[in-house]
Amino acid sequence: MAAAQAGLPVRLESVAGELPLPVFVGITNELEMRYPNHPSTNESQPHILGSLTGSAPHPPADRPVLRHPDTSMDKQEAWSPPRSPGISPPCSPSAYRSYPYGAQRNGTDTLLAYDGKVPGRPSVPQENSSPSHYSLKLQSEQPVITRGASVERLVERAEIDYSDEPWRITEEQREYYTNQFRSLQPDLNALIMGTVAKNFFTKSKLPIPELSHIWELSDVDKDGALTFPEFCTAFHLIVARKNGYPLPETLPATLRPGFVEPGVVTVPPSEATEPLIVFDDNMMPGANQLEMGSVDLQMTSRPGVTAKQDRREESRKPEFSPKRIPDPHEKPIQRVSTLKPDSPQELDANMKSRTRPRSYSSTSMDDAMKKVEEPPTPPPRPQKTHSRASSLDLNKLFQQSGQGSRPSQHSLSAKSGWLPPPPALPPRPPATQIFSFLPSSEKSSQKAVQQPNFADFSKFREEQESSVRGGLSTEDLVPPKSDSTLRHQGHAPQKPVRRKLHPESQSATPPSATPYSAATLTKSTQRPPPKQKREIQMAIRKNRETNAVLTRLNSELQQQLKVVHRERVTLESQLELLRPVAST
Amino acid sequence: AEICITSMDNYPLYIRSIPTQGELKFHYTVHTSLDVVEEKISGVGKALADQRELYLGLLYPTEDYKVYGYVTNSKVKFVIVVDSSNTSLRDNEIRSMFRKLHNSFTDVMCNPFYNPGDPIQSKAFDSIVSTMMVQAC
Repeated sequence: MAAAQAGLPVRLESVAGELPLPVFVGITNELEMRYPNHPSTNESQPHILGSLTGSAPHPPADRPVLRHPDTSMDKQEAWSPPRSPGISPPCSPSAYRSYPYGAQRNGTDTLLAYDGKVPGRPSVPQENSSPSHYSLKLQSEQPVITRGASVERLVERAEIDYSDEPWRITEEQREYYTNQFRSLQPDLNALIMGTVAKNFFTKSKLPIPELSHIWELSDVDKDGALTFPEFCTAFHLIVARKNGYPLPETLPATLRPGFVEPGVVTVPPSEATEPLIVFDDNMMPGANQLEMGSVDLQMTSRPGVTAKQDRREESRKPEFSPKRIPDPHEKPIQRVSTLKPDSPQELDANMKSRTRPRSYSSTSMDDAMKKVEEPPTPPPRPQKTHSRASSLDLNKLFQQSGQGSRPSQHSLSAKSGWLPPPPALPPRPPATQIFSFLPSSEKSSQKAVQQPNFADFSKFREEQESSVRGGLSTEDLVPPKSDSTLRHQGHAPQKPVRRKLHPESQSATPPSATPYSAATLTKSTQRPPPKQKREIQMAIRKNRETNAVLTRLNSELQQQLKVVHRERVTLESQLELLRPVAST
Repeated sequence: AEICITSMDNYPLYIRSIPTQGELKFHYTVHTSLDVVEEKISGVGKALADQRELYLGLLYPTEDYKVYGYVTNSKVKFVIVVDSSNTSLRDNEIRSMFRKLHNSFTDVMCNPFYNPGDPIQSKAFDSIVSTMMVQAC
């Protein structure tokens, strides 16, 4: 034990130092790291082989063994076929690896790749470790076998635990999975549809048949959708597969949706995400082993040395967490975070496959949000501007002002004279026009007639206003109205400024007209301001004008009514007077 | 004995034979039995499409073996060929076999990575079918 512990520290240290963040890449890296770190690859091998815990103790033992790779190999071989590959010297393990598990080759390759990432780590060890882990996993059912071999090394212990390691979801991994799940489906209790999950897992670049197999394993209720536990299982399997672990034929117990890790601590997502990724891919086998060993070590020798290992191991092996849930989680988390910087590259590589879905979803969400936020549709200007026939665009008004100025002027003058104080219509050509129309005619027909003039009038007004504003150049155009317009124009300058504030300021049509013109002028001059605003203002003005006009009309009609009433009374009285005469 | 699953277009999605020798004969038998299946479903499906029995029963007996048919609502056909000498297989057992087949097939369909029309490569499905065949034969 002591030796193991001693060995563990060694390994842990190496692991801690070299291992990149638990990210997918990290897993393999860890393995690699362990190996390089530990002078004895055997250490790593034993770990890998089967028992994380066992392996840990072995490191020290392994070291010497490493010196004698053959020895270790033998031991391992005796241990179990799967083990032997791992035990054999780094070179040999790879050979062994490939041979017991054809599928492992993939892992080996990945491991190799990972190895490359890990500086100074013999790639081989990793490969070996991964295959060995893998084999260990396979061998999980054969604790005896593993035990036999591991006797020499603490691996035995590790074997037992180790066998589950690759298939255990560590805290960090779980955190990562949770984040990924959330990226696909915010509600953790809801299901991820099959197509969604398919797209997501396809990004992991695993072959479709393997993904199909993973799906079959993880979708235990066969409903074509993944619950959160099922998703974790599937993700974990994918990570394992990417790290070189062969896919199991049946779902390991630790991966069943009902399985609950004791002492699973929720690691901060930020930390967990990265480590998990790396972890899952590579570390799974190694992590388990290391964790197993480290677990023991940690428990015994937490401080310092184990810290690193603990981190990795703990992140890797949630299983051990039960043993030392509180500490491991903390430590691994810390380590993970530290590891992350080490293996950002690896993480990136692995994470890309994983983060892509996340980023994809996130970006899509961002885009969606942006899209939602983007449309600041201003009110439809044309409608507002053209709510009234008279309310023409200032431009048009100005253009037509010249043409219609004359006739409009006349009409305007007539109207203006007739018009009672313009109903508080701000300098809006339409409003003023309406005013002018109504006061002058009080009749729809007149209005109709005036409507066209109204338009002209507005133009005229605008023109005048613009002229007033622009320098009164257009005043000449409207001689008859010039007076009024001028007056109004005088108002206009004011009006534009307070277009909406002075509906009553315009007692007469001219004033209203001028306000309109002024308003229009102001509008025109104030074009730079949002057109929407103008349109709104124009619409408001028009409404006000209409109101004013109608009010005036109403008052006029009332007056007429009174007049008529008086006449009636007069006539009646006359009649009465005449009646007696007639009667007599 | 053989189990064959055919898509609606009558191309095989899955074929499994026990023993593995002499497969060709089984294949031929299955192929010819497809005509019988078609005949059965086309006749019944006219007016009683929704009430059509999925289990078609014994399609036709030959001197060596019996052929049973089963069709799903999506026109995927299951054909089981068993030795005539195997008299222990009763109709109920055949029905249960088809039921199991159908359930397993549904599970395969649920897998989003499976495109309908692809050969079935699911290992779980394979294992279920193998178990079933071993029991039957």
